[in-house]
Amino acid sequence: MIKIKNISKSFNGKAVIQEISGEFDKGKTNLIIGSSGTGKSVLLKCIVGLITPNEGNVFYDLRNFTEADKELKSEIRREIGMLFQGGALFDSKNVEHNVMFPLDILTKMHPDEKLDRVNFCLQRVGLENVNKKMPSEISGGMKKRVGIARAIVNNPNYLFCDEPNSGLDPQTSILIDDLIGEITHEFDITTIVVTHDMNSVMGIGEKILFLYKGRKLWEGSNTDIVHSGLSELDDFVFSNKVMQGLKGKPQ
Amino acid sequence: MKGFGQYMIFLGSLVVRRESFKTYYRLVMEESVLIGVKSIGLVALVATFIGAVTTVQTAYNLVSPLIPRYMIANVVREMTVLELAPTIMAIIYAGKVGSSMAGGLGTMRITEQIDALEVMGINSASYLVLPKIVASLLMYPLLVIVAGACALFGGYLVATISGMVTPTDYAYGLRFYFDSYAITFALIKSFVFAFLISSISSFKGYFTQGGALEVGIATTAAVTASIIAVLLSDYLLAQLLYVR
Ligand SMILES: Nc1ncnc2c1ncn2[C@@H]1O[C@H](COP(=O)(O)OP(=O)(O)OP(=O)(O)O)[C@@H](O)[C@H]1O
Ligand SMILES: [Mg+2]
Repeated sequence: MIKIKNISKSFNGKAVIQEISGEFDKGKTNLIIGSSGTGKSVLLKCIVGLITPNEGNVFYDLRNFTEADKELKSEIRREIGMLFQGGALFDSKNVEHNVMFPLDILTKMHPDEKLDRVNFCLQRVGLENVNKKMPSEISGGMKKRVGIARAIVNNPNYLFCDEPNSGLDPQTSILIDDLIGEITHEFDITTIVVTHDMNSVMGIGEKILFLYKGRKLWEGSNTDIVHSGLSELDDFVFSNKVMQGLKGKPQ
Repeated sequence: MKGFGQYMIFLGSLVVRRESFKTYYRLVMEESVLIGVKSIGLVALVATFIGAVTTVQTAYNLVSPLIPRYMIANVVREMTVLELAPTIMAIIYAGKVGSSMAGGLGTMRITEQIDALEVMGINSASYLVLPKIVASLLMYPLLVIVAGACALFGGYLVATISGMVTPTDYAYGLRFYFDSYAITFALIKSFVFAFLISSISSFKGYFTQGGALEVGIATTAAVTASIIAVLLSDYLLAQLLYVR
């Protein structure tokens, strides 16, 4: 479980996110949603510590990450896996070495053991026989999968995904979403996904945090998001043609 | 001035929270091979031509019968070993290696590869940049030595083939009044230049913000800033170290 308390961050005096609090549950896919520029990525970066918030604290299972000392920070970091928007694979390493990288850095495993683990993870995301390919030789969807494999290779307790399906076709998007959902349940991980894709929201949104202009406006699940009664949220949810069809239906 | 302060902080961040020695050793070796292999051909080619051109120019201008022909080789030695080899090569090094350092780091920044390292708890600046600087300190002086040798050889080739200077005179001129301090001086310069080019280029690349366009801008800025720093420090070092 990850808990955030009163997180605020401003850049050059301009507030980007303000006083956001919330809880992200273990074994669930938690979503942060909102339209472009509302500070979703900034919030996620505050949570993983890539950006230091001006105010507020982040707790990883009651351990205060924001105020942690060096040892505790690196202990928590070992339990984090993150999938970046573009995959963020290391250009100079092939697929196998990309996935193995966290094991090289964070563990003292035997090389054979590492390779087994890498192959297991690649298989888990549905990739085989690509071990020796370079990132430039594989497609965007495959990069995302390799990114997921790298994120889960060290058995993380916490998984973060920034826009896992941006730039992918609808079919591949659903596959990636399902993969994230399955992995979360299978390994009982606390997963946080940043997205503005309503398909993902309806598909895997077990717990949803809606950001609007840098503030948290609503919190709930995908079953009650369509009747929140909030006009800002409705504008976001029903911006999509398919969803508009749902709106008229009696509840 | 703000940029200079950031640069200093950046240099400081390279030496804190490092990885194991083994990791760095491997990275330094990889970088060295990359830098050395990438630059040696161009360095040898350019140096040979510089040596040849310097020889021809000197021969044209030293036509007085009072000046012995071996002085041509002597002038070529003085110019190439001390100035042309370390300094001109630095400009080539900035264009070739510095730009690729800045471009590579800039791309890693905008594609979030640097963030990915940070999330894993790695000091990305130190992990990515320190090996580049150390590899430059190892390889650049070697390249300068190669450049110096190639320049003298280029001069020898044109001098003897065209018959401007006999091989014996050329060799005599090279050794005439030779002060080995010139070599020491050239090597001190090359260490300083190597450090400046690699650290400035890395600094510019590492702090890229935005997209592909900004990576291009950062790369150009890296080369420009490196060359200015090299020329400034060349002047300062000449003032400081040129004692005869
Ligand atoms: N490092 C930074 N420096 C200054 N401003 C920033 C920085 N990072 C983000 N911002 C600003 O913060 C605001 C929110 O950005 P953020 O990337 O979090 O949006 P987002 O909700 O993730 O949008 P998208 O869906 O388009 O990714 C933007 O206005 C952006 O300009
Ligand atoms: Mg974003």
